[in-house]
Amino acid sequence: MIRLEKRKEPSTFWRIANPFLAVALTMVAGGIMFAALGKDPIAAIRLIFFDPIFSAQFGSYSRPQLLIKSAPLILIAIGLAIGFKANIWNIGAEGQYIIGALFGAGVALAFFPAPGWYIFPLMVLAGAFGGFLWAMIPAILKTRFNTNEILVSLLLVYVAERILAAMALGLMRNPDVAGFPGSRDLRRYEAAHNAELIAGTGIHWGVVAALVAVIFAYAMMTRHMLGYHIKLAGQAPRAARFAGVSPARLVVVCLGISGALAGLAGMFEVSGPGGQVRIEFASGYGFTAIIVAFLGRLNPLGIVLAGLLLGLTYIGGELAQMMLQLPGASIQVFQGMLLFFLLALDFQTNYRLRLTKGARI
Amino acid sequence: MILGSINPAVLMAALMVAATPILLAAIGELVVEKAGVLNLGVEGMMIMGACLGFIVAVNTGSPVLGFVGAACAGMALSLLFALLTQALMTNQVASGLALTLFGLGLTALLGQRYVGITPPRTPKLDLGPLSEIPFLGRALFSHDIVVYLTIALVAAVWWFLNYSRAGMILRAVGENHDAAHALGYHVRRVRVFAIMFGGACAGLGGAYLSLIRVPQWTEGMTVGAGWIALALVVFASWRPWRALAGAYLFGGVVVLQLNLQAAGVKIPVEYLSMSPYLITIFVLVLISSGKARGSLNAPGSLNRPFHASD
Repeated sequence: MIRLEKRKEPSTFWRIANPFLAVALTMVAGGIMFAALGKDPIAAIRLIFFDPIFSAQFGSYSRPQLLIKSAPLILIAIGLAIGFKANIWNIGAEGQYIIGALFGAGVALAFFPAPGWYIFPLMVLAGAFGGFLWAMIPAILKTRFNTNEILVSLLLVYVAERILAAMALGLMRNPDVAGFPGSRDLRRYEAAHNAELIAGTGIHWGVVAALVAVIFAYAMMTRHMLGYHIKLAGQAPRAARFAGVSPARLVVVCLGISGALAGLAGMFEVSGPGGQVRIEFASGYGFTAIIVAFLGRLNPLGIVLAGLLLGLTYIGGELAQMMLQLPGASIQVFQGMLLFFLLALDFQTNYRLRLTKGARI
Repeated sequence: MILGSINPAVLMAALMVAATPILLAAIGELVVEKAGVLNLGVEGMMIMGACLGFIVAVNTGSPVLGFVGAACAGMALSLLFALLTQALMTNQVASGLALTLFGLGLTALLGQRYVGITPPRTPKLDLGPLSEIPFLGRALFSHDIVVYLTIALVAAVWWFLNYSRAGMILRAVGENHDAAHALGYHVRRVRVFAIMFGGACAGLGGAYLSLIRVPQWTEGMTVGAGWIALALVVFASWRPWRALAGAYLFGGVVVLQLNLQAAGVKIPVEYLSMSPYLITIFVLVLISSGKARGSLNAPGSLNRPFHASD
């Protein structure tokens, strides 16, 4: 018989090794899936994981894309990870991302066509504020009425999607183009455009913000009292209460930070790579970021690596769609499998497999 | 003048249909949570049922086989959840989310070639003279069999949880798994069965959407129905009949909202279609806040991992 035995201390080795193992297993399982779809598995995996960076043919286009896709993932995942550490589950980042984008775009469209250096910073503030506000709904309902934050934050994603559609069709629609939904193209509005900072690299202000957030989160979690309280509340809630940590305050702080970061991500997207408020603007970054947070072990540096990897699958997925006619949804399956494998492998972190003789007692 | 154009009998009939998929998913999840497990993957299992049920029904031409396939698909996905949380002791919240993300992706892939197809029709149950009764006949007795079976399932779950030995064991496992284990009950086995039941129910709920309610397959067609079902369990304070009442209340809101859209009210469609989610949140707040104290009824071991050697 095989049985699980709880480790006295979680294994550090497996904590770090598991994400890599999970990626490898996902590649194998993904290869099997592609073979089942009648595609060459090796070619598909190569196209998704290697060609976006190393191929001479696609590299020049897709290398800058890597940072463009990874930055929002990292930005959102950093915020989510802080909450997850404290056992506060904000899974509605997608909604906060949308509202942040709408707030940012709203500021830009209100000023249009005035020039001014202050417009973009105002949009940044508005974006963060929008995401923050949207996250405050589950936070306040949790602290005032003890309502489950998982369900509320998730349900608000659907509400945010409807607001996005309403804005694209109504209030924010481009008045100069009749008949088409969608706002003005912010990329054509100098003062509001989140342009590439260094040509050909994909680096825009969102990438800078992601970097700042990583450093900030790292410092907070390792050096600041708040980070200690967050970890304490997650690992030993009773001890945290005795130590005077207010659970309500933590809920507000964690949801507030993750909401603001998700809102920022949305704002940088709508003013740069996305370009305009459209019905199809939301692309699932808020959900993929959950995978990024787990794959990065809720650790800021790990999240950077995980964010780059999942950003890569977005681009590789597009390539595979183009070159091999692979369905776009297969990337979603890929991402889901990755999380499954990671969770499954993690039993090794906390438990040890033991072979025992005879039947289990 | 707008409300006047809505026929109450038709409204009643439509709300029963609108309530059935979430009621099916909710009654399954209720049993799962009563066993002490929080499976947040309802949305994923529902969409699996919707997709696989649709594929089976289209290929065999039989809606019945479609529902069977849907139940199996939901159950298969739930077994994955059971493997993760019961054998490998993973975090239930994260595993449930993984189930939903995976289910949404996999169905988008599997269902690709089925977009725009009409599934075989599920006939209305012939209730003879009952459906001839004025008003009530149209409102209550002119549905497909699944609507009635769902009500029967609610009754069965209610009886099972309150009056059967197995149901009491399941509740004991959910209230205090250490005590149940000490009494010699197989905590894990009970939970795996409960999870499978929840998966099958969610799959059936999904199939009801794609085969009867809509009836069509589109990517991500459950649009949060699974999450609403999860909220419904909380709203029902883990009581089967309250889940039924809640689902019909919710169905009423959905149908009213659709009718207002059709009647051409001056509010944009996007705002009207928000209402089911907003009302779900509102009801969650009501039930979890001070006076109602419904959440106090939550199973004691809900979302706590169980390992015999701990």
